[in-house]
Amino acid sequence: MPGEISIRHLEKVYDDGFRALSDINLEIQRGEIFALLGPNGAGKTTLISIVCGLVNASGGEVMVAGHDIIRDYRGARESIGLVPQELSTDAFESVWGAVSFSRGLFGKSPDPAHIEKVLRELSLWDKRNNRLMSLSGGMKRRVMIAKALSHEPRVLFLDEPTAGVDVELRRDMWAMVRGLRESGVTIILTTHYIEEAEEMADRIGVIRNGEIILVEDKAQLMAKLGSKELRLHLQHPLDAIPDALNGEPVSLEADGYDLIYTFDAQREQAGVARLLRLLGEKGIEFRDLQTRESSLEEIFVGLVNRPSAGVDAATTASPSGVNER
Amino acid sequence: MNLHGIRAIYKFEMARMRRTLMQSVASPVISTTLYFVVFGAAIGSRMGDIDGISYGAFIIPGLLMLSLLTQSISNASFGIYMPKFSGTIYEVLSAPVSYLEIVLGYVGAAATKSVILGLIILVTARFFVDYQVLHPFWMLAFLVLTAVTFSLFGFIIGIWADGFEQLQVVPLMVITPLVFLGGTFYSIDMLPEVWQTVALFNPVVYLISGFRWAFYGVSDVHIGISVGMTLVFLFACMFTISWIFRTGYRLRP
Ligand SMILES: Nc1ncnc2c1ncn2[C@@H]1O[C@H](COP(=O)(O)OP(=O)(O)OP(=O)(O)O)[C@@H](O)[C@H]1O
Ligand SMILES: [Mg+2]
Repeated sequence: MPGEISIRHLEKVYDDGFRALSDINLEIQRGEIFALLGPNGAGKTTLISIVCGLVNASGGEVMVAGHDIIRDYRGARESIGLVPQELSTDAFESVWGAVSFSRGLFGKSPDPAHIEKVLRELSLWDKRNNRLMSLSGGMKRRVMIAKALSHEPRVLFLDEPTAGVDVELRRDMWAMVRGLRESGVTIILTTHYIEEAEEMADRIGVIRNGEIILVEDKAQLMAKLGSKELRLHLQHPLDAIPDALNGEPVSLEADGYDLIYTFDAQREQAGVARLLRLLGEKGIEFRDLQTRESSLEEIFVGLVNRPSAGVDAATTASPSGVNER
Repeated sequence: MNLHGIRAIYKFEMARMRRTLMQSVASPVISTTLYFVVFGAAIGSRMGDIDGISYGAFIIPGLLMLSLLTQSISNASFGIYMPKFSGTIYEVLSAPVSYLEIVLGYVGAAATKSVILGLIILVTARFFVDYQVLHPFWMLAFLVLTAVTFSLFGFIIGIWADGFEQLQVVPLMVITPLVFLGGTFYSIDMLPEVWQTVALFNPVVYLISGFRWAFYGVSDVHIGISVGMTLVFLFACMFTISWIFRTGYRLRP
């Protein structure tokens, strides 16, 4: 069954000759939350803009809710709500007026009850008669979300919805997005806050230099590419790594009090037992131990920093010492 | 047909115009009225009739055209330039509206306002100058046709422009001279032979001449030619707009 959004061989070369997207293929299923991650300039906004009709593709095809975005643009666009990355609002319009305008523009008959519901959910109801220029930045962003939801879209694009938004509002938005998913809306979001993708997404796509380098179920991705870390707090500090442990992926921290063992989450289950046995044989005692999984952020940084794509070759992401960007 | 969409754009534009009532209605009405006062009431009585029409009455069609052209162009060009400038145009471009529907909304609103403005000026003129309208139907038809055509033209300018100056340049530097030289204040056949020929290359001559015919039944060129020229320009604008949306020129990268 084709997905809610189906992208085939999508290409984009801008007029200045810059190739922003190369052979993008992507299926997004109905009702999922899909997070698109990638560094600045990777092509996230370009991809979303093509699907929403803001940018002309140079090749390939896109179907949304069963409608081709060119041949049947009305059908496709009716089902899409877009919250773009850039804040832009009509200064003189009222909140109510702006959101009602969007509903009409998308061909829906007026429904004050629905507009009221959307405004209440986004805590904009008290501001409904305010002119947009009198709102704060975070409120303007909420107005843009309200506009996107005004016509009850099946698919919602959120291009960095939480950029410049405070923690509390971010939590509210996440709750709202989950609520929308419950009601069957498909959500595609881009974000630089990996925490956000980790918290929200069902699946994750990573885009770099205009190419999709990975699409994975979030849980599987973290299991597959994540590394685990076992931290042993020793009774007595070690000056150096004992010979017996040479060749094992271990290191010392905290003045020799902590012995850290890093291992592949999937493959080396047996390694922990071997390590503990070796320590026992050497008489190295420990008072406590902790394990930790690498976060999506670490996985992501590892991915986009790799010199070339090729996900299957991926082993462990480097858990530390790598700068984001 | 996305009627709700057309209505949304139209209503939005009309609301914008209500907010700028002073500069978009009051100022053209006042400046045109000044002409009527000076040329109609004051100097006009000392001037001879042209084609049997008193001078004050003679200049009404031309001055009306001047407001109609400049206001249609600036209304429509601002209407589409502003969202392009502020970025809010993303919403219209991502909406299920065809380019014809977008044009109906924006250009329809701009033309509506120009027609209203034209009628206000006509009524105001009555206080200063005595005039009659021989063919009221054709006068109205010409008024609407001109408003629509030049709103389309303004729409194109608004999409093409990438600065506020460019929006001002066309009405100020192109339209105003063409109107002044296009027979607003004189009949073309009062010009020397050579300049008569030159004048025929001024498209505004055909507009003013046709409009004057609707008022007084006299014209420099045949009314059929006037209507024909206007329609040609209208279709040229429509064709340009369809090309703009087909290629995404300055709208969709
Ligand atoms: N209109 C345009 N003309 C030429 N190049 C463009 C245009 N728009 C974007 N680009 C280029 O395409 C590339 C991808 O841009 P895009 O906005 O899609 O990136 P992004 O992944 O959304 O980045 P960010 O995280 O910063 O939002 C960038 O290198 C950008 O400079
Ligand atoms: Mg972007």
